[in-house]
Amino acid sequence: MDLVLETLAKIGFMFALIMGMVVVLIWMERKGAAFIQDRTGPNRAAIGGVRLAGLVHPIADVFKLLFKEDVEPENRHKALYNLAPWLVMTVALSTYAVIPFGDYIMVGGKKIGLLAADLEVGLLFVLAVASLGTYGVVMAGWASNNKFTFLGGIRATAQMISYEINMGLALMGLVLVFSSLRITDIAAGQGDLIFGFLPKWGVIVQPIGFLLFLTSVYAETNRNPFDLPEGESEIVAGYHLEYSSMKFALFFMAEYAHMVIGAALIATFYFGGYQVPWLPRPALEAHAGLLLTIKLVGVLVFSLLIALLFARRVVREKGKFGDARDREPGLGVGFWGLLAVAAAVGLVMKPWGIGPEGASLFASLIQVGMFVAKVVFFAWLFIWVRWTLPRFRYDQLMRIGWKVMLPIGLANLVVTALVMAIV
Amino acid sequence: MRFEGLPLGATDKKRSFRDKIYFWEILRGLGVTVRHLVHNILHTDDMPTMQYPEEKRVYGPRFRGRHRLMQREDGSPRCVACQMCSTVCPADCITIEGAEHPDPAIEKFPESFDIDLLRCVFCGLCEEACPCDAIRMDTGIYEIAADSREKFVVDKDFLLNDNSRGTR
Repeated sequence: MDLVLETLAKIGFMFALIMGMVVVLIWMERKGAAFIQDRTGPNRAAIGGVRLAGLVHPIADVFKLLFKEDVEPENRHKALYNLAPWLVMTVALSTYAVIPFGDYIMVGGKKIGLLAADLEVGLLFVLAVASLGTYGVVMAGWASNNKFTFLGGIRATAQMISYEINMGLALMGLVLVFSSLRITDIAAGQGDLIFGFLPKWGVIVQPIGFLLFLTSVYAETNRNPFDLPEGESEIVAGYHLEYSSMKFALFFMAEYAHMVIGAALIATFYFGGYQVPWLPRPALEAHAGLLLTIKLVGVLVFSLLIALLFARRVVREKGKFGDARDREPGLGVGFWGLLAVAAAVGLVMKPWGIGPEGASLFASLIQVGMFVAKVVFFAWLFIWVRWTLPRFRYDQLMRIGWKVMLPIGLANLVVTALVMAIV
Repeated sequence: MRFEGLPLGATDKKRSFRDKIYFWEILRGLGVTVRHLVHNILHTDDMPTMQYPEEKRVYGPRFRGRHRLMQREDGSPRCVACQMCSTVCPADCITIEGAEHPDPAIEKFPESFDIDLLRCVFCGLCEEACPCDAIRMDTGIYEIAADSREKFVVDKDFLLNDNSRGTR
């Protein structure tokens, strides 16, 4: 019974993390794209005058899509057409089961590993489940009974086959280095140091493998520069052309969920997962008091700065809009001021004298926070790359996959094997 | 800000090894975009975007907006229903029904003068063709919106008197 509750709690955490990230990523995508292209981006939707710099827009989008008419093409394959968006979304979510988002947490003297399923073949599970997502795309493309969606589905398959191989080859090098297929082992192994000062992260022991994996993950998630399955200049919107309303929303959210997986995989395999560089778990617990104090001071200074920025807006933008939006700077001052007060209260409570139990909890939370921070960064990298690079042409995509990345991946694997055999 | 790009006409043969492995150039590209991003985050007020309903673009005096009909001193239309504008109109959007004017000095007047703004292409030929300077497009109104097609057909009274709105 305990096990069920634990697992449900972990699944719940991961689900909340992904869904929260999806909303934030949609915002990051729109706002980031806008700023990169010298535009302002979404800034209209508001709740009681608070616009949160456009963060209300994803919520408004969801309501819009919920109430939209669900238009379906007449000659669709009914079952597959309805199944496809669910398949894409389910598969996107299920990969997270094997990704550790923290080391462990002590609850009532019991050690709980922070991942839903610690499979011995976790890495194979990731590869297997990640490739299932393409079935949804192909199904959607075929069941819509439309040339463009069909082409999108075909492109997705071809791209998938080409890049899945490179992804596997890149990961094989990593498996050789950490000699385990269990993802917790790989994540734990990256807490060590090599030569006494370099963290033994995947990116440092497998730099070429990292670049191959990064590129393959971009191709797997169908993101720019590899988003040929939805190349709107050639095949309208690709595989999800014939979908509307919430079914379209599922495809849309699945794309972002895939991005979060991609980011989580990169972080776990090549950037130490939940590991804080140079601060392994024992060190974190030993210095918990000091670290907590530094953290609280940091939060205090940061939130005071933001509150000051809002205060400047209160003075400068008095009655700028003449409606509820004028309340926004004041509420900003209130929120960040409250956060600063909370940090100050925390400091008054002498955080440097934190007990061993508190230290353990603090270390767990710091590691989870580290993981989330890495995921957010790599998700941002997806967006950043999308608004920087143009889309590859189809022949270029295939050439890079088969003629460039495959040989490099094989060479990388051989060299890694040799080095591992000698050392 | 000015950024350098690849020289025009760069071909595969001229590409150096650094260009061929992509990653260096990708990093440079990421640098360009992040510079724009940071610049725009720090200078949100300098954004060239116009916040439309609050801020509106001011057009020059020659801008052709929605039409209006000119009035005589007594408030009746200057139009003499000569059909020049409706003849020259390439979109065929002006419909005039003429009638005899009570004043013998004036030959005719328009009993009805309808413009279908959905058909109008805002070319300004009606202005040019009018012998009496009765139709002008100098209102500067460009916000022509309505919730039914019928409302886009504006009549004589509206064109004569209401120059604050785009449609009825």
